[in-house]
Amino acid sequence: MSAFTVGEVLPEKRYIINRAALVAYANASGDQNPIHQDEEFAKSVGLENVIAHGMYTMGLVGQYVSSIAGSSSRVREFSARFTKPVVVPADFDVELIVNATVVEITQENAKLEITATCNEVKVLGMAKAIISL
Amino acid sequence: MLNPDLVGRTYVGATSTTISAEAIAAFARALGETETHLAPPSFAITISLAESQALLIESGLDWNRVVHGDQRFLINKQLTAGVQITCNSTIESARLLAGNEIVTVRSDLMSANEVAVSSWSTLVFRA
Repeated sequence: MSAFTVGEVLPEKRYIINRAALVAYANASGDQNPIHQDEEFAKSVGLENVIAHGMYTMGLVGQYVSSIAGSSSRVREFSARFTKPVVVPADFDVELIVNATVVEITQENAKLEITATCNEVKVLGMAKAIISL
Repeated sequence: MLNPDLVGRTYVGATSTTISAEAIAAFARALGETETHLAPPSFAITISLAESQALLIESGLDWNRVVHGDQRFLINKQLTAGVQITCNSTIESARLLAGNEIVTVRSDLMSANEVAVSSWSTLVFRA
């Protein structure tokens, strides 16, 4: 794989989040909480609309990290804070934009700081990953 | 509110799960991972969150009020199909903030007596 440099800005990647994707993630993860699928239920508990699983958004960022690392087998650590919910209206594609910067390199690893935004709002905070070189 | 005596206690997972190739592939596909035979970085959540849920409901918390606050994975060994996992859960901290109860659970996914993946979930139980 190519060598990273400290301060290097990594390529941006965009992901589409829609209701069908949330159903697929619910089935694959086992997290069937209705706030991620059922609009009526989501609104009944005070949400604006259906929201994405935080772990779905983080999982897409995990895909970004895997692709940067060259393989998911190179991902050593991965963390994020869920700062804002990703609201997913029916029949609508929400775009998640992921960016990262290399902030540290050791002999074995590189540390990435990652941003993830939807509609110009940061949906994850303090997102970081350590990948092996 | 969570009994403070529970903080620091480790619950040894009673049942072991054999990770299937299908489970890894379905999870990888849902996230757009191209290597569908390899567990994605966040795959451990499919095991750890259900264990934490069972433990915290049993400890008296209302899962209907929960919001995921933050999440961390430390991957010592990538999970693969056929591996048998037991999940040990430790409530590392519990605190009240503006009426919300914030609980951090560490889940150690054990494979052959070694920690394959540690997962820390901070869960916020809204007032």
